[in-house]
Amino acid sequence: MSEPAIQQPATTPPQPKKPSNLWMENFKNFYKKLRKNKAAMIGGFLILFFIIVAILGPFLTPHDPDTPDVVNKLQPPSAEHWFGTDHHGRDIFTRIIHGMSITLYVGFFSVILGATFGVLIGIVSGYYGGRTDSFLMRCMDVLLAFPGILLALAIVSVLGGSLRNVIIAVAIFSIPVFARIVRGSTLAVKKLEYVDAIKALGASDIRIIFKHILPNVTSPLIVQATLSIATAVLTAAGLSFLGLGAKPPTPEWGAMLSEGRNYLYSAPHVAFFPGIAIVLVVLAFNILGDGLRDALDPKMKK
Amino acid sequence: MPNTNKSEENILEINNLQTTFFTEESEVKAVDGVSFTIPKGKTVGVVGESGSGKSITSLSILRLVDKPGKIVGGEIKFKGENLLDKSETEMRKIRGKEISMIFQEPMTSLNPTYTVGQQINEAFKIHEGLGKTSARKRSLEMLKLVGIPSPEKRIDQYPHELSGGMRQRVMIAIALACNPELLIADEPTTALDVTIQAQILELIKDLQQKLHMSVLLITHDLGVVAETCDYVAVMYCGKIVEFADVKSIFNNPQHPYTVGLLSSLPPHDRDIEGDLPVIPGAVPSPDELPVGCRFAPRCAHASDICNTLPNLVTNENGNQVRCWIYSDKWDGNPEVEVNAERTT
Repeated sequence: MSEPAIQQPATTPPQPKKPSNLWMENFKNFYKKLRKNKAAMIGGFLILFFIIVAILGPFLTPHDPDTPDVVNKLQPPSAEHWFGTDHHGRDIFTRIIHGMSITLYVGFFSVILGATFGVLIGIVSGYYGGRTDSFLMRCMDVLLAFPGILLALAIVSVLGGSLRNVIIAVAIFSIPVFARIVRGSTLAVKKLEYVDAIKALGASDIRIIFKHILPNVTSPLIVQATLSIATAVLTAAGLSFLGLGAKPPTPEWGAMLSEGRNYLYSAPHVAFFPGIAIVLVVLAFNILGDGLRDALDPKMKK
Repeated sequence: MPNTNKSEENILEINNLQTTFFTEESEVKAVDGVSFTIPKGKTVGVVGESGSGKSITSLSILRLVDKPGKIVGGEIKFKGENLLDKSETEMRKIRGKEISMIFQEPMTSLNPTYTVGQQINEAFKIHEGLGKTSARKRSLEMLKLVGIPSPEKRIDQYPHELSGGMRQRVMIAIALACNPELLIADEPTTALDVTIQAQILELIKDLQQKLHMSVLLITHDLGVVAETCDYVAVMYCGKIVEFADVKSIFNNPQHPYTVGLLSSLPPHDRDIEGDLPVIPGAVPSPDELPVGCRFAPRCAHASDICNTLPNLVTNENGNQVRCWIYSDKWDGNPEVEVNAERTT
């Protein structure tokens, strides 16, 4: 009992408070709130796990994802092939692990690309207003008028089917969503007095936009980006399923699902496992996105 | 122009400034033909009720009036050059460097995502292209100048860690960073406690002496005017109704509106019995302004001639007043004593 009493004064001298960092403090607060949301935490850790799998997995799998092994085709799950084998005898588990990086790559890159353009359009639109705003937002309305997957389908048909074009297509259809959100936040931030103050200091528009407005519109952006990744993954898988995305030997989940479709009755596991993988990734991003929204929403402080 | 100013050099001359807000149904003349001058090194106060156009006047000087507002006429001569002829790029070089502005709300006038130091640095980065280290050094000097205790600690703090008065000091530090010749203070003390108000006013006065700048002080607080200003412009419904030196305004106000404002202040030397006198009526809505003198509907002395708009006339003291009572055309009671109710 006496030991901790002796140690205490040594460990807690009244330290002068370090210059506190708002970002760190905000992050701590935010993490505290996020931790209360069990589902979001599970989503977050799942995504972390997926990322690690995507990076390290391919080095650890026992089989080659592309080499056919016709003798062992359409094997049900076993100790040798955890998820069974497909119609070419390739190990489905290995292919799913290799497909993870493709899926995440498509998800992240299309959203980064879409968000970059969306943020630019939204912030310019919201900041300048007037005719610029009307013109840009009508363009966004046109994009929004098409159902997302249909628009992506049209774009990929025009550009030709490949993974790169899938990324471009998904990026284009996520632009208007970002543009609208950022425009809304910009309109709100623009009205704040500190923007007037920095204007009165002689700052240029570009400086005001990127240095003083952008950092204050990031919260809704992060939430939307997370949710958009889920949509992007789903759309990319959909396009590959339709044969417009990744080409056959690539272990893309949508394409694997499409191949498994022919054996649904005889070997359901060929379609089942890629399907489950897609569901898990989409679900993880969705619940993380919802959790982030709750944690970042200032109205939900209590 | 008051002839008292003629001998002095004027840093700012506003002539017939008109700023109008265009909405779909109507045009609202927020500032309607305002003219006044700011002599070098002096403080000019602009007083008026909410909606009298005083803030819009100050924003017009920096050409920061947002849409749907627009400066439709007049000229703003800063050191002899008309600011309304400048390009946007030229204006940016003037803002913050030659004319600075501090705002009413110190709570929201600082960007919450940057430290105090980073925000003062902005001024140096924008106007002097200073690097990080030298900007920081200068920022520290500025914080010391505006009397912030332990500036080495404060410089790395965020706005939310400072009190209101402290933040207003930071705002002043930012505004004065590049040594401007004219400081526009738009109700700088309205959001602060009375004790802090006095400190901030003292600080502005102090720095004005030190840095030899001119100040345009926008306020609705006549106490602040008495304490800090050399000249006062009283605005009502977008027009200046009286412009005079501060002594004349308080000792011998001319316009019935000024008189009304002053008599509705609680006297500090005696207790009042009953209610404070008030100006009857309310400020007319800006799209239904009276044709003649804008104050006529609320004025106790109003007469027939008040249905035409009086001009701003300079009297023998060099002060200006916009009222028919002081003209030859006055058709009301010839014995009218505007100041009568105050002297009792």
